[in-house]
Amino acid sequence: MEFLQPATWREALEMKTAQPQALPIAGGTDVLVDLNFDRHRPEVILDLNRVTELSEWQPANGRLRVGAGVSYSRVISELSDRLPGLALASRSVGSPQIRNRGTVGGNLGSASPAGDAHPALLATRASIEVSSVRGSREIPVDEFFLGPKRNALKPDELIAAFWLRPAPGPQQFAKVGTRNAMVIAVCSFGLALDVEQQTVGTGIGSAGPIPLRAGEAERFLAEALADGNHWRSGQPLPQSARERFGELVAQAARPIDDVRGTAAFRRRALAVLARRTFAWAWQEYTAG
Amino acid sequence: MNGEVREADQVWPGESLLWFLRERLGLPGAKNACEQGECGSCSIYLEGNLVCACLVLAGQAQDSDIITVEGLAEPGALHPIQAAFLETGAVQCGFCTPGLIVATHDLLRRNSEPSDAQIKEALAGNLCRCTGYAKIIAAVHLAAGRLVLAP
Repeated sequence: MEFLQPATWREALEMKTAQPQALPIAGGTDVLVDLNFDRHRPEVILDLNRVTELSEWQPANGRLRVGAGVSYSRVISELSDRLPGLALASRSVGSPQIRNRGTVGGNLGSASPAGDAHPALLATRASIEVSSVRGSREIPVDEFFLGPKRNALKPDELIAAFWLRPAPGPQQFAKVGTRNAMVIAVCSFGLALDVEQQTVGTGIGSAGPIPLRAGEAERFLAEALADGNHWRSGQPLPQSARERFGELVAQAARPIDDVRGTAAFRRRALAVLARRTFAWAWQEYTAG
Repeated sequence: MNGEVREADQVWPGESLLWFLRERLGLPGAKNACEQGECGSCSIYLEGNLVCACLVLAGQAQDSDIITVEGLAEPGALHPIQAAFLETGAVQCGFCTPGLIVATHDLLRRNSEPSDAQIKEALAGNLCRCTGYAKIIAAVHLAAGRLVLAP
């Protein structure tokens, strides 16, 4: 096994081009588990910890560019005001020890359907910046996941950053598990209200082969809020509409039965999470 | 490493920092249990951050500042957090204790008077199968009352 430790981003990209089979490692919270249990023995490991650019974030052109190596702990402590949905999701990751090491970029690289960051990134219409020596491109997050643990990266590409707008409205996240800490989601849900454009964003985790958006539910809720003049009045949405939103989210899921829960339970729980996160978000909106 | 430069040869690239600490440097304080970050018994400081040593590659830690449970107190003495764990009966089989001591240290340097809820959140990554946690929480309160840790 070869251990590569590039000092710069350029060097990292050159190494990935020279050895596309190299496995990138950031915080190591996924990679080390496979190594410790000898499930997977990569020929080459590409350690990205020395590449300082990856652990930086900054505003750029009205959006935020967050380096792939920013840890969950730093998302919580430094970005809760600008990215509240992602910060809430980050708080549900593992434990303090895991949040100190684990990164959003690593979550995207692993591309698990259960990754906690994914519903928040989907709901907020994030895009993923990936790079190679050939150049950089941005992939909308809802085109990034291709299957369980598969993403849209080419063999010579690395995840550089993700891009998000500072929250244009309330954002929420909820996750079902057997305890508050240290759980892989049975299912999870992210919700984002865009007060300026009067749109709704959703993200479903751990209830399909990939993290999913509930497009029909998004359109339904945005129309229901607009038709009833709710954005202006701040009046609560009728119960029938809230329930319909939950149903549409549940219908968008593509869950299976597995060790963590049944498909039927996941659908039922998602309907509850959708209604609940909307109630929280609307309360936040009307509280101004 | 606890204030000294330590080196070892022939480290396998896939080797965890936990293995490196225990088997190459002879520092057995960080315990080897789950090897997947679930139990927290290998908690240490890496560059001032609380981490599971089992989830860091030894090579990733090169040139880094590391503090293990062995480095918290003066040699031969107990750290006040360790003393508080003993006094309250928070140590039974003892396997989880070193990780909990480091995690408690990390909590108390950021929050000198944590509530029960804050203690539970901060120690959520450290499993204890003996105590039922009540005495651990009592130990953290006792230590908090006695300690002023530099930030």
